[in-house]
Amino acid sequence: MRAFATLVDRLTYTRSRNAKLDLIADYLRTTPDPDRGWALAALTGALDFPAVKSSTIRNLLTERVDPVLYTLSRDYVGDTAETASLLWPAPEGEDPSDEPSLSEVVDLLRAMTRSTVLTELPKLLDRLDANGRYALLKFATGAMRIGVSARLARVAFAQAFDVSVDEVEEYWHGVEPPYPTLFAWAAEGAPPPRTDLVPLFRPFMLAHPLDETVVSMDDYAAEWKWDGIRVQLVHINGETRVYSRSGDDISATFPEMAEALDFPAVLDGELLVRGSHQGGEEGGAASFNALQQRLGRKTVSKKMLREAPAFVRLYDVMIRDGEDLRELGWAERREHLELLMDRLDPKRFDLSRLIEADSFEDLATIREGARDDAIEGVMLKRRDSPYIAGRKVGLWYKWKRDPLLIDCVLMYAQRGSGKRSSFYSDFTFGCWDGDPDKGADLLPVGKAYFGFTDDELKWLDRHVRQNTVNRFGPVRETDKSLVLEIAFDSVHESKRHKSGLAMRFPRINRIRQDKPAHEADRIAALKALVRD
Amino acid sequence: MPIKPAPDFSWIKPDPHGIFVEPCNAWIDPSKPVETALVTHGHADHARGGHGAVFATRETLAIMDLRYGGAGRDVMIPMREPVDIGGGVTATYFPAGHVLGSAQILLEHAGERVVVTGDYKRRPDPTCEPFEVVPCDIFITEATFGLPVFKHPPIAGEMRKLLDAREQRPEGCVAVGAYALGKAQRVICELRRAGYDEPIYLHGALEKMCALYEELGVPLGELRSATGIKKDELKGQIVLCPPSALNDRWSRRLPDPVTAMASGWMRVRQRARQRNVELPLVISDHCDWDELTQTITEVDPAETWVTHGREEALLRWCQLNQRRARALAMVGYEDEDD
Ligand SMILES: [Zn+2]
Ligand SMILES: [Zn+2]
Repeated sequence: MRAFATLVDRLTYTRSRNAKLDLIADYLRTTPDPDRGWALAALTGALDFPAVKSSTIRNLLTERVDPVLYTLSRDYVGDTAETASLLWPAPEGEDPSDEPSLSEVVDLLRAMTRSTVLTELPKLLDRLDANGRYALLKFATGAMRIGVSARLARVAFAQAFDVSVDEVEEYWHGVEPPYPTLFAWAAEGAPPPRTDLVPLFRPFMLAHPLDETVVSMDDYAAEWKWDGIRVQLVHINGETRVYSRSGDDISATFPEMAEALDFPAVLDGELLVRGSHQGGEEGGAASFNALQQRLGRKTVSKKMLREAPAFVRLYDVMIRDGEDLRELGWAERREHLELLMDRLDPKRFDLSRLIEADSFEDLATIREGARDDAIEGVMLKRRDSPYIAGRKVGLWYKWKRDPLLIDCVLMYAQRGSGKRSSFYSDFTFGCWDGDPDKGADLLPVGKAYFGFTDDELKWLDRHVRQNTVNRFGPVRETDKSLVLEIAFDSVHESKRHKSGLAMRFPRINRIRQDKPAHEADRIAALKALVRD
Repeated sequence: MPIKPAPDFSWIKPDPHGIFVEPCNAWIDPSKPVETALVTHGHADHARGGHGAVFATRETLAIMDLRYGGAGRDVMIPMREPVDIGGGVTATYFPAGHVLGSAQILLEHAGERVVVTGDYKRRPDPTCEPFEVVPCDIFITEATFGLPVFKHPPIAGEMRKLLDAREQRPEGCVAVGAYALGKAQRVICELRRAGYDEPIYLHGALEKMCALYEELGVPLGELRSATGIKKDELKGQIVLCPPSALNDRWSRRLPDPVTAMASGWMRVRQRARQRNVELPLVISDHCDWDELTQTITEVDPAETWVTHGREEALLRWCQLNQRRARALAMVGYEDEDD
């Protein structure tokens, strides 16, 4: 527990992404199994001990400390777990040799129930010092909030053992804490964890912004970029899972899709909901707002399923009947995909239509003319491109529709004024100054305080409050996990910001809960949009 | 425990600008210029410039001279010697253990005793005389760390952290933010006590105060200026600077520094992170919660007045322990010198 507590403590005070990666990697290399696996689970948010809640901690404390003094302390410190770790009366005759290991902590926490937690948790707290108590309470409540995303932890894992992060992502969904097979593979060269029996997530192939590039339509195929959420449907061994872009399992949110695929395959497409026809030519996708109603729900009502049923507009096929097609060129995969349509329920699947354009100029005209709200832009895919995880230059491009759009990460929020003064409604967001997996940091690029609906504002306000990692007067720094699609009129060079850029009329176009932060755009992408 | 009867004490008047002692027309630690000021210690929020006469210990006067220039009508008060300050009031200065020269002031008038602590601590500090418990009727205390979350750890452990950080970084250095008066010299002395005898590098803003400490008999070992030397010379070294220098341009001259800060606030993560501190060192020149409450218990006054800090929690503690207490709404005392 001491090594983990030290790690948590040092991560708290470390700002640079690189230094965080080093700290975690070092810990993972030097800590024995299964403790390091439990720590990795904690850092990736994979642990849940239902008996321990924030309210449990508060109750434990107010049994031991005057409630007024507790409240004054809690208000000052700003965090229940930290307040408790500091206020906990140190036991008589501390015995450091009695400190539990992380795996012993896991065993004890798992055995706790809501009726035993009030007697068992104190015994555990009594065996730790203030740092240990803090780490324990963060660990037990599953809210580490030390500026480490699940992705960062996995990148650190890859770095620790010098394995590819894409492979780690691929195996991740097939392993359970404390990940013995994953560590055996990465640290000792054992065969990788089996992936053939579980419906695993495969990292998506992603596109670069087109910017000034001009491509030949002989080499590239064009299709619409639909305004839904990118999903991957995986069926294996009788089970189907729906994964979001970040690899989150969202099958429970879209049960109709989980039922719709019944043969072994991995498909890549855009999840949309049916609704009032927005003028597009294909099967009536509703606007993103309609889809938003269904996102983030753990269960779905019958009414929702009836009124806003989901379907997937397919872009690609990665695996079919157990055969991995990812090495094939895009054109070949497209043929396989078209052949597949007969085996799929047309209520739940359609095919993303290709745009017939003779030339790039022709394509530009067609793109300008597109008026369907569900169209976000155009995708250009090299006809011979294999399906490669991540964002490889020259293979796929996205050509977003005007206004200019860019995906940023929420960094800070401040309360608004007037009737918004009780909400965090002024948002500062940033882009990466390089490859986030190689230690790049976020640099603020702009500030926006409009563009969202009242409901979205409420949502954002809650997000800010629940994901604050730091406060500076009226400003809260968030954990930088949320992607915001920012629309703006233009962007200019500016000396005022560290990024060297200033946007004109930035507004929050959309909250991208589906997009992981490391996939937000880079400064270079924004810089490429400078027109003066 | 029955509450003791409330004393009268109409001769001593708490004012937002300081404690006013009416019979002799004198102020204690006033935050505005006055004719006669009794100053507890040299921190800027207690010792201001511009007074007529200043009554203080030899060390405090020397510190004020350094900061404000010679003030003219200074009266040097030796520790533990009662001094008649007029109007039938006697003042006696006792060590407060806060910084070099820091004193609590005992005021006696018509058989009534009031102690004004200024700032104080109970932990041993090699740079100053330890706090003494002075029995009194009214105990006027600070409450800078007046919340039960504040518990200062033993200083040896914090020194260990600092020395470990230095050892782990032979190509970099450790920059320690420490207040120029008191904290910096205490950190230096504690480093020496921990067996560290390398030269310690100083930001320009600390040099004069360190020299004054040495002059006043507090040996600090070899000190060097961090100004105007090659970056390479600072590799593997400990550099002390005022906290404000940690995040400003000055720190660019340091080779790959770890940012450390020596302050009682470092106990709370949020406070440390707000200041971009990477290595928080919980070292305070004030009492922690247990020491504040223990001191009130030992002094056992009829009434406790709280000047500045987190007075709400301390008043609550007094209430829970059946002690008469009140908060004085003082202005101008900051957390400057924690
Ligand atoms: Zn002071
Ligand atoms: Zn003070």
